[in-house]
Amino acid sequence: MAKKESGNSDEFDPFILAIFCNWCTYTGADQAGTSRMQRPANLRIMRVMCSGRVEARFIIEALKRGADGVLIGACHIGDCHYVSGNHKTVRRMPVIKTLVEQYGFNPKRVRLEHISASEGAELTEISKEFVKELKEIGPNPRNKK
Amino acid sequence: MIESNPKTISKLKSPKDENVRIGLYICNCGINIGGVLEMDDMIEFGKTLPNVVLCKKYKFYCSDNGQAEIAKDVKDGLVNRVVVAACSPRMHEPTFRRVLQENGLNPFYFAQANIREHATWVNMYDHKGAQRIAKDHIRMQVAKVRKLKALETIKVKVKPSTLIIGAGIAGMNSALDLADQGFEVYLVERELTIGGHMAQLDKTFPTMDCSSCILTPKMVDVSRNPNIHIMAYSEVEKVDGYVGNFEVKIKHKAHYIDQLKCTACGACVESCPAICANDFDLNMGTRKAIYIPFPQAVPGQYTIDMDHCIKCGICALPSVCEPGAIKYDEKDHFSTIKIGTIIVSTGYDQIDPTNLKNYGYGVYENVINGLEMERNLSSTGPNLGKPVCPSNGKPPHSVAWLQCVGSRDNREGYHPYCSRVCCMYAIKQARQYKEKHPEAECYIFYMDIRAFGKGYEEFYESSSHDFGIKYMRGRLAEIYENPDKTLLIRGEDTFLSRPIALKVDLVVLSTGVEARADASHVASMLGIQQTSDGFFMEAHPKLRPIDSLTAGIFMAGVAQSPKDIPDAVSQAKGAASGAAILMAKGEVEVEPYFAVVHPNLCSGCRSCINLCPYSAITFEESHKVAYINPIMCHGCGTCVASCPSNAIEQNHFSGDQLMTIITDVLGGLN
Repeated sequence: MAKKESGNSDEFDPFILAIFCNWCTYTGADQAGTSRMQRPANLRIMRVMCSGRVEARFIIEALKRGADGVLIGACHIGDCHYVSGNHKTVRRMPVIKTLVEQYGFNPKRVRLEHISASEGAELTEISKEFVKELKEIGPNPRNKK
Repeated sequence: MIESNPKTISKLKSPKDENVRIGLYICNCGINIGGVLEMDDMIEFGKTLPNVVLCKKYKFYCSDNGQAEIAKDVKDGLVNRVVVAACSPRMHEPTFRRVLQENGLNPFYFAQANIREHATWVNMYDHKGAQRIAKDHIRMQVAKVRKLKALETIKVKVKPSTLIIGAGIAGMNSALDLADQGFEVYLVERELTIGGHMAQLDKTFPTMDCSSCILTPKMVDVSRNPNIHIMAYSEVEKVDGYVGNFEVKIKHKAHYIDQLKCTACGACVESCPAICANDFDLNMGTRKAIYIPFPQAVPGQYTIDMDHCIKCGICALPSVCEPGAIKYDEKDHFSTIKIGTIIVSTGYDQIDPTNLKNYGYGVYENVINGLEMERNLSSTGPNLGKPVCPSNGKPPHSVAWLQCVGSRDNREGYHPYCSRVCCMYAIKQARQYKEKHPEAECYIFYMDIRAFGKGYEEFYESSSHDFGIKYMRGRLAEIYENPDKTLLIRGEDTFLSRPIALKVDLVVLSTGVEARADASHVASMLGIQQTSDGFFMEAHPKLRPIDSLTAGIFMAGVAQSPKDIPDAVSQAKGAASGAAILMAKGEVEVEPYFAVVHPNLCSGCRSCINLCPYSAITFEESHKVAYINPIMCHGCGTCVASCPSNAIEQNHFSGDQLMTIITDVLGGLN
């Protein structure tokens, strides 16, 4: 396995704040770990009970403070542990994306993904893809000194 | 229902920020964490974090010694908040919370940083990356623990009654165990009779016990038990509520026969002119449109199959049905029950091999599946226990069993897992056939014979030594039908590395098991999860293989994963025990993650009220503010995120706490 020198090289290594719901995506991330599915070291995972708890200000604040991307993990539609919390998140996303844009950030920096408790592999793929996309978009402009 | 008044929470003293003394404990977890991270560097980093007064490492903090170390620091008053950086909080959060509680600290002054599943296990080769993520995860939890508030768990009463969904051998065993302990059991079964798939089997491996002979007495026990309410021909429609207090709506399908009047004399069956395929015999035999599935069915209620009834009216004639029990216009009806716990034992579907075109199931008459062979072997089956070739009605001289049909198959539509029963049932069926026809040739084509249970290996050995069953290692490539309807099977004997072509009279596809077609519907109705194979997901694959992730819901039998009868019964008894623990205690502690409205901030806009899926939010006309019932609130936080006045807080996931996590972890970025 090639050893990645991520810490001391100049290569841009995106900082991703991941906000995962307890029942699906956080458990899926645990499953990815238990199955030793390797992914790039970019996700900082914060647990909430439901993706419905995710407020716009969490995302805006993260971006304002220099996060390169925000990944929200929710249950699949119809599978929400709290019946419909993830529906609310889905419906909130357009507003959040508009706000993100108004703050001057590329809305692609924010993603909502539906990842179930057994989809560690999907989470791994999505993380890789998101990291790749963020590398194309480039660092958060707030981090430019 | 609520024993601790949530209003007392504000009285619990929370130390001011400057008095927060955090103990940070970084677990090596053997080499799982210690083998990837530079632990000395982690300790040095931990010490730099705000309010961290001590930072230690240990091999296993979950062990007795590890817990004792934390306990001592808490007891001595060195720390008043604890962060353990280790595995997932979903694994050991309750363990460490208990340590705090036992040593006089509020258990909610605890946070766990997941540096194993979310760092070292997903970055096993990128040590620097893992180190970076682990540090950030610790930073996040230290930030959170600074802001945490003392909370009291809510105690809710658990109703001493259980709903069991599915009355196969697993559901029945759970039901009997619980009923014998004095709990009330509602046993809901979709089919007309309890008993499940086991009722269709002829004999069971490896003891060759007659399946009905061991099953039907259990069925009678279930029907006679005064604590068990059998709800056959019924389906669960809707599940509301939470652990201890579920409310379940059940649909009772119409029998078109008044069960109170019916004397089960069976005269209607004799007179019924409508003959249709018998689904209990997998459509191999016939039955009438008015029927009971099999003679020992429990409850023995006659039913009219309206898909096949020609509505001739003969059965309703007073000369046929003397009590006048026939009711063509009967409608489905519904009932609602209130129960404390739920056991899901919905069983399995047999894999349909039709799409495996190379085997010709459904095209060649003499290719049948495992369950069809089982019915053929059964003395109550369509051929009265004398298996015949469907093409000519004669007993086959040579029979081949094909293993791993639909399981251990990575192709789309089939399953990578092992179904765990097919090897043994094929051996058993071959032996049964050999017992009846010693001159017959029986072949089993297999990849590996998995004879893992008690007495299974011996059974397998004896089948070849004593009964002359021939084992051929290799998966068959193709089956062709000869003009005389015999079958030519082609494949490879991988032991001899040579192709085989063999003519046989009958081929049995040893089809595996798969999750019920409607398992995802059941999962979303109950709020439980499925694993990628479609079976219901256990809370922990090793340590909690019977609990679901939703408190109060347990599972038993093949609904959770493929298993044979002894394993299904063991799990059923485990599930009954899990449910009984909750009900015997009579109350359960629920995490107090409910949301609270600050009345002086609430503008009374009522936008939260419609968002709540549990109708936990009401509008208090007197003060023109919203109020959240802490017992009805499940703690998702959706209302919190959408309150335009920021007037709602969620316990343990407050805006302040989550924002601090974000600002602290990103503060470290620059």
